Amino acid sequence: MSSGGSKFAIVGGGLAGLAAAMKLSEAGHEVDIISVVPVKRSHSVCAQGGINGAVNTKGEGDSPAKHLDDTVYGGDFLANQPPVKRMTDMAPEIIYLFDRMGVPFSRTQEGLLDFRRFGGTLHHRTAFAGASTGQQLLYALDEQVRKWEVQGMVRKFEGWEMLSLVMDDHQVCRGLIAMNLQTLELKAFAADAVIIATGGPGLIFGKSTNSMTCTGSAVAACYQQGAKYANGEFIQVHPTSIPGEDKLRLMSESARGEGGRVWVPRTPGDTRNPKDIPADERLYFLEEKYPAYGNLVPRDIATREIFQVCLDGKGIGGENQVYLDLTHIPAETLTRKLGAILEIYEMFVGDDPRHVPMRIFPGVHYSMGGLWVDYEQRTNIPGLFAAGECDYSIHGANRLGANSLLSCVYGGFVAAPAAVEYAKNVERGDTESNGIHEAELKRQQEINDGIIHNEGGENQYQLHEEMGKWMTDNVTVVRYNDRLIATDEKLRELQERFKKISINDSNLWATQAVPHARQLKNMLELARVITLGALNRNESRGAHYKPEFPERDDENFLKTTIAEYSAEAPVFSYEPVDVSLIEPRKRDYSSKGKAKSN
Amino acid sequence: MTTAHMEKKRLDNPPKSVKFKIQRREKEGAAATWETFEVRYRRNLNVISALMDIRKNPVTIDGKETTPPVWDMSCLEQVCGICTMVIDGRVRQSCSALVDDLLIDSGSDTVTLAPMSKFPNVRDLKVDRTKMFDHLKQVNAWIELDGTYNLGPGPHIPNETAQDRYALSRCMTCGCCLEACPQYGDDNYIGPQAIAQARLFNMHPVGKLTADERLNGLMGDDGITNCGNAQNCIQVCPMSLPLTKAIYETNREITVDALFGWLKK
Repeated sequence: MSSGGSKFAIVGGGLAGLAAAMKLSEAGHEVDIISVVPVKRSHSVCAQGGINGAVNTKGEGDSPAKHLDDTVYGGDFLANQPPVKRMTDMAPEIIYLFDRMGVPFSRTQEGLLDFRRFGGTLHHRTAFAGASTGQQLLYALDEQVRKWEVQGMVRKFEGWEMLSLVMDDHQVCRGLIAMNLQTLELKAFAADAVIIATGGPGLIFGKSTNSMTCTGSAVAACYQQGAKYANGEFIQVHPTSIPGEDKLRLMSESARGEGGRVWVPRTPGDTRNPKDIPADERLYFLEEKYPAYGNLVPRDIATREIFQVCLDGKGIGGENQVYLDLTHIPAETLTRKLGAILEIYEMFVGDDPRHVPMRIFPGVHYSMGGLWVDYEQRTNIPGLFAAGECDYSIHGANRLGANSLLSCVYGGFVAAPAAVEYAKNVERGDTESNGIHEAELKRQQEINDGIIHNEGGENQYQLHEEMGKWMTDNVTVVRYNDRLIATDEKLRELQERFKKISINDSNLWATQAVPHARQLKNMLELARVITLGALNRNESRGAHYKPEFPERDDENFLKTTIAEYSAEAPVFSYEPVDVSLIEPRKRDYSSKGKAKSN
Repeated sequence: MTTAHMEKKRLDNPPKSVKFKIQRREKEGAAATWETFEVRYRRNLNVISALMDIRKNPVTIDGKETTPPVWDMSCLEQVCGICTMVIDGRVRQSCSALVDDLLIDSGSDTVTLAPMSKFPNVRDLKVDRTKMFDHLKQVNAWIELDGTYNLGPGPHIPNETAQDRYALSRCMTCGCCLEACPQYGDDNYIGPQAIAQARLFNMHPVGKLTADERLNGLMGDDGITNCGNAQNCIQVCPMSLPLTKAIYETNREITVDALFGWLKK
């Protein structure tokens, strides 16, 4: 690195991280990217649907103002509105930029970008590339950043995991410590500004729709070093995912859009082949309870109902599964309209959904909460920025479909110039020679040594499974205060048991055991933030639902939850939401006027 | 298309457990050994979940405590490419390898897992595919932009071209094509993936403007002429990329360039 210029480090190489890296390189700054996997394999590749931007190519009168309204309304008014406005204003030019970068977006007859409808809006606002838009957008950034890498502006540290920040005596971030996942070597990265872009924390729930890299571990490390974590309790659970032994894979809402019916056997534990169960012995619970909307009730409602049926022991075979049945629709029609997503089910489950009802269950999908940032993506720690799913700023209490790719790029595009501005003025002083990096390196090495030599007999993967089960059972769709209290007790028990884990790998070369142990400790910390944040919020809003408090309560809870770390338990405070652009109104998709969110 | 019943073929008598014979290697350069593990059979077991079981409690079928096998995994939806390995002799992603299918295909009670052989073997089933990303640098696999500021939309593109490019743009750099290619190895041939990516950008109206630079990357000793037309690559590509077509078209581009390139000077 050049000695005179500013130093930047980006943690995470998904859409947000690479967006920031591209902007920094273009502005003439050298960047280190730290990523647990080769950046092209980041979780952004899993996004399917598209990216929203009010380009209004269909003459529908769409506008960024309407996109703003849909997003704020869909988020149940918990998002600060100015950054949402800035994002929706920027959205068309973001899409155009990706178009120029060569993303193979679907086109119209005239050769223009095509847009499709998505949830939570009445407009054709979603640009898409096949059924893998996230993959295509990520690849475009990967390509541009590779060009900068060839020119020497970007250094990639792929297969490295961030363990902690380097903080000086004034609580200013001066860089970070990362671990090489092959050698377990630790290295200090001095930086004037660090941008965290590490995505969501789905693995806290054991199985989710997230990639196996989505532990939230780096974010949890920042939190434990003083970064504020906001709205942690807001976790989006998608109604239809494909339960797997290893993860939950998303089954698109379009299956129900094309007539798919959700049901369970009326008799709990009925083990018959689904096709041998006559219609009157099937419980079409969504259709019975919501005769008007049926299987197309809003996403959060569908999720809650499916979850409840299974909690009541009525899931297929007593398990957490219900049928999503397309078999009454001609196979030819299904192939034509839903081919791509049916292939995913076939590939991973082995059954052909044209002939066998799919087994689905809600799956943890996205965290609306994340590191607290201001309108320039600055965290409360000077020198530390955040962008993408790991920041809390855009989606409020519920995210609309196809807004996640947009918010990632937006966050990266805002964080990069903000980091440059900060670095321009930062006093570096003697921070590179006063030993703070070496001291933090030593502290992290001692933690590693402790894990390697510990011999208490607890199995780290067992602890992870228990955390995932408790969090999924009690801190997802339906939340009761007594169960949240019990979950926090369980998490504290797991934290105690964590101190007694023994790693089961005597070969430390490229071991998964040490990194996983470190992730697990951090996940437990964030799990408490999510659980206690939910306990404290006695209302229902967006993805957060408490039967004991079924209504939104703006008087007491139109507030951002802020969690700050302390050794005993997270310390909570609240700050008002900036609703200066759109006055909060009741979120009601049951009336005809407004389509339901995502 | 008939509406004939097409329920998934299943094992008639599913076993109580499945054996996994796994190639072990402590680190690059160490000797390879084999260990066999037993995993409880479940209907939708895939190779990844079997490996997770083994990792949690790594005891071989002989009751010997051993180290947990190491492998790479991330998206588990066959879109990130990282979990590629050789399963029962065939290179593929381990996330989408269902044990039921494997046992029906092999008629055996054992699934055999080995790392890809064309890349450095970091440990056990984990390999280092850095070379593939280097190849993308060699062919300038990107569009040259004036800048990322707001310059309006890109060029009009026929949807057909967009769809053809999409098919090539799905390449997830997994390495299946290189593992299966009889010509690829020892740095003598850049291989199908990079050629297909060069084609992807040369098909774009703006990418075309710098097509020569990409073709230059394919005209060296390790270049496109090393393709032996074995066509193994399209057999194993999990994303069904039209790899041989891309190679053919790129070859033609190079020939045209060699014949008529002087006219551009």
